[in-house]
Amino acid sequence: MSGAFRIPRAGRLSQAKTARFSFDGQSYAGIEGDTLASALLANGVHLVGRSFKYHRPRGFLSAGAEEPNALVQIVRDEARKTPNVRATVQELYDGLAANSQNRWPSLSFDVGAVNDIASPMFSAGFYYKTFMWPKAAWKSLYEPKIREAAGLGVSPDKPDPDHYSSRYAHCDVLVLGGGAAGIAAALAAAETGVRVILADEQAEFGGSLRFETGAKIDGQNGFVWAQAAIAKLAAMGNVRVLSRTTAFGYYAQNFVGLVERVSDHLKAPGHDLPRERLWQVRAKRVVLASGAIERHMVFANNDRPGIMLAGAARTFLNHYGVAVGRNVGVYTANDSAYAAAIDLKKAGVNIAAIVDLRDNPTGPVIDEARALGIEVNFGRAVIRAGGKLRVSSMTVQPKNGGGERTIPVDAILMSAGWTPSVHLFSQSRGKVAFNDETKRFVPGTYAQDCVSVGACNGTDGLSATMDEAYAAGDQAAKDAGAKTAKGTKPKVDASESWSRGMLGAAPGAGPDTTVKAFVDFQNDVTAKDIRQAVHEGMRSIEHVKRFTTNGMATDQGKTSNMHGLAIAAETLGKPIPEVGLTTFRAPYTPVTFGAIVSHARGPLFDPTRKTATHPWAEAQGAVFEDVGQWKRAWYFPKAGEDMHAAVDRECVAVRTTAGLFDASTLGKIEVVGPDAAKFMELLYTNPWEKLEPGRCRYGIMLREDGFIYDDGVVGRLAPDRFHVTTTTGGAPRVMNHMEDYLQTEFPHLNVWLTSITEQWAVIAVQGPKSRDIIAPLVEGIDMSDEALPHMSVREGKICGVPTRLFRMSFTGERGFEVNVPADYGQAVWEALWAEGQKHGATAYGTESMHVLRAEKGYIIVGQDTDGTVTPNDAGLDWAVGKKKTDFVGIRGMARPDLVAKGRKQLVGLKTKDPKVVLEEGAQIVADPKQAIPMKMIGHVTSSYWSQNCGRSIALALVAGGRDRMGDTLYVPMPNGVIEVEVTSMVFFDETGGRLNG
Amino acid sequence: MLLIRCPYCEEERPELEFRNAGEAHIARSANIAGESDDDFEKFFFIRSNPKGIIYERWRHMHGCARFFNAVRDTVTDKFVMTYKAGEPKPAKLPGVAK
Ligand SMILES: [Zn+2]
Repeated sequence: MSGAFRIPRAGRLSQAKTARFSFDGQSYAGIEGDTLASALLANGVHLVGRSFKYHRPRGFLSAGAEEPNALVQIVRDEARKTPNVRATVQELYDGLAANSQNRWPSLSFDVGAVNDIASPMFSAGFYYKTFMWPKAAWKSLYEPKIREAAGLGVSPDKPDPDHYSSRYAHCDVLVLGGGAAGIAAALAAAETGVRVILADEQAEFGGSLRFETGAKIDGQNGFVWAQAAIAKLAAMGNVRVLSRTTAFGYYAQNFVGLVERVSDHLKAPGHDLPRERLWQVRAKRVVLASGAIERHMVFANNDRPGIMLAGAARTFLNHYGVAVGRNVGVYTANDSAYAAAIDLKKAGVNIAAIVDLRDNPTGPVIDEARALGIEVNFGRAVIRAGGKLRVSSMTVQPKNGGGERTIPVDAILMSAGWTPSVHLFSQSRGKVAFNDETKRFVPGTYAQDCVSVGACNGTDGLSATMDEAYAAGDQAAKDAGAKTAKGTKPKVDASESWSRGMLGAAPGAGPDTTVKAFVDFQNDVTAKDIRQAVHEGMRSIEHVKRFTTNGMATDQGKTSNMHGLAIAAETLGKPIPEVGLTTFRAPYTPVTFGAIVSHARGPLFDPTRKTATHPWAEAQGAVFEDVGQWKRAWYFPKAGEDMHAAVDRECVAVRTTAGLFDASTLGKIEVVGPDAAKFMELLYTNPWEKLEPGRCRYGIMLREDGFIYDDGVVGRLAPDRFHVTTTTGGAPRVMNHMEDYLQTEFPHLNVWLTSITEQWAVIAVQGPKSRDIIAPLVEGIDMSDEALPHMSVREGKICGVPTRLFRMSFTGERGFEVNVPADYGQAVWEALWAEGQKHGATAYGTESMHVLRAEKGYIIVGQDTDGTVTPNDAGLDWAVGKKKTDFVGIRGMARPDLVAKGRKQLVGLKTKDPKVVLEEGAQIVADPKQAIPMKMIGHVTSSYWSQNCGRSIALALVAGGRDRMGDTLYVPMPNGVIEVEVTSMVFFDETGGRLNG
Repeated sequence: MLLIRCPYCEEERPELEFRNAGEAHIARSANIAGESDDDFEKFFFIRSNPKGIIYERWRHMHGCARFFNAVRDTVTDKFVMTYKAGEPKPAKLPGVAK
């Protein structure tokens, strides 16, 4: 037996398939096909959680995705502890282990429940009012405590071991919702032959047919018809049927996000199965068949475990075979709750009484209830519920006042009516319209190619729904290009129908300040909170929502929205449509990060780029650093060396003998065409027309605002061909910048741009012995200083492969950069390395590269400049063509502020104590004795220990820096003030003689 | 995710392939060096930022790599039309009043 509350012969589950599970460590038996909710209810367990703010005991409100209360933690193993799972959605599997949340030390005795007693403190807006002072305490004290006390589940603390998948799909007609309406629309569309996707969030299709015992279609029970229809659809080649799949977001141009729960319902999911699958569907037409959600009644203590929606109780009975109590009360303002009472009564459950707020309703269900001997009371309200961990009674009073009567019950079913689910419609940017007669918001103006059918469109009754949905599916297919339809519309033989109900607070909801009549269970918002928000000046429903948190978080107003709105409207004395509906936000139900991230995690999160010599550097024991997506050799430590020692050794070796450095990551762009020189003139500050082929120039690129954007050495290979280098990080944006101007501002120029960064490996060989190392391997290039002076480039061969050999230097030493096709990069490197060994050369990494260039005062764009530095600020006026009449940035550079006196200029800094190395980013002041806050006149941009200089060196941006040569400035640091002298940017070989040394 | 029609590829492609490049139809002066401060300010800094129809530049970055112009409604996010770089501002917009 799978629980004392399982009713023999009720429901659709096979009693034979038992599934054991545990809740808070206690073991229970359920049946395969149960949800965790139905299995717990079958065992008489209603208390399953504590509320968010007041820690009130909570049970199940619903039987579906709208569940605000019954959120549990599902624990599969150490790493798989999924919080905030709706027990009403989680399918049972053998061995399932679940825990309640938000309680300590136990569910039945929770210390946090003192919040409930102290609740006047926690009324609407309390976060904003109570914790505002002192400001600093918010982050350090209040916020962590509030989060701790008011949290829901606990996040897993280990990496997610599951994998997730992601698919894009296209279809002609996407049907969202697999109840009678969705199935009918899908059938109509599918029979025309167009591509159809039908999705439903439940494990089984059928929607409300799961509990509507009165529905008959094509001569069958409604649910049975639904299963047959789904089987037929699933067998069609043009249809994809997705169960356990929630449409969570409706985006522009009929782009819909869905999450399919692939394996959360399985006992032992295989590793080949993803946990969830994200579907990103682009549909020509969308049919929304999302149904309606039942509303609760708003009265005192309406959140006690055992109090639930009437439709939910019907689902538990008619689908799962579970009675939610033995002595059940009903509180309603519409007909549908009668059907629940009738079904339960027929299953042998005592119905203590039906309390109907309406004065004299009539209809067949009311007659049937009476005929079954159920006590029916009109014009009365349930003004409060008794009991704490489980409802024990309901107190009834005539709605206009009078004598109270308390009726013992162990469950209360409530229904205030049904709210069309317009979430997805609203997300599609459609505008809802208020139907004053039925008091419902229904789809009004459409913004996208979609149509709503059935209950979500405010259509009542199965016959009308079938007509509407079938026609809409057919039309959607035709709109999407279908030619012929050959199907027949399913025939509705019998159905249930109801409408109306009430909105807002019922008589038992106040005004007493201690009454807790909940509007939003998940966020612990009561009717009083909403009235209070209005009294405190909130006029817009969006303000009321934020002040009270009504309808926020994962609930997104599924059950709370309309009641909250009605109470606000009543308090404001305005009609509902004038107060307006809050915006429905995606996601409809929470989506895991795993589904969104999918495979883009770990090594697949971002590409890793490695240069051709990476394996060699790795074998040499290089330490790597990340530069953008690149892995670059940072330094090459020998045994026993730390970074400092390695860098000192590398830097000295380069200036004594030679060093090899992999410069392949520098961006490279080939600028080719008859107008290549003209284009270069416009994109760089320098003059290019007269640069002879075979020569190089250091180029500066500006943005139109006059600030330095990038720099690099450019070689002219031929009159119509430039080999441009860029910074490592700047390569893509420089290419984009060049393309932008070429395509849109200078389209008259006949030029082609090609990124060649990945095509050429670049080996820098720098130092006095560099020519001796390279020369033996080179063919066809005269390596003499006369034939190949500093800043020149030749094409020839090295080690038998083509090379573009640059004579250039980023170290201040005689230097070369050997470009070879990337596939030969490592082979040529190894050959150069072997030659280098004869001369005592070293390999050096990016750290030594930085030190060596700083010793010479060569800037790094992006380190010594920050997007607000002009060529003049950087001391690079010499690189700006004075006779030029146009280049990008020429006008920006002349802006008043960019030529004003006192701008920050790049200078060198020497600490008075040569052993002290400044911190990069440190601020500089002129007078360290001034009052705090001091006037900062600049900052350190580059700073290193220079073994070659035998002291520390630094570059800095300092206001009016070049007029301060020799001045003493100060760098205040936590451990005291550091004295520095302003110097030239060149710290080593000031005459530059070593370039030819 | 929006679908954007590239006027060069003559195809609707997902937004992921494109990159916005700011407002369109802002001409760079042939004599930019001689522009007044006021004119340069208008050219470089001032943008219209309308509520409604905006003319802007896009680049089919991960496709043909061409820059083109687009008319988009900033309220609905809808692309009204796209056209090639260098073509004049369209006089009439499909489906837009006035
Ligand atoms: Zn294109």
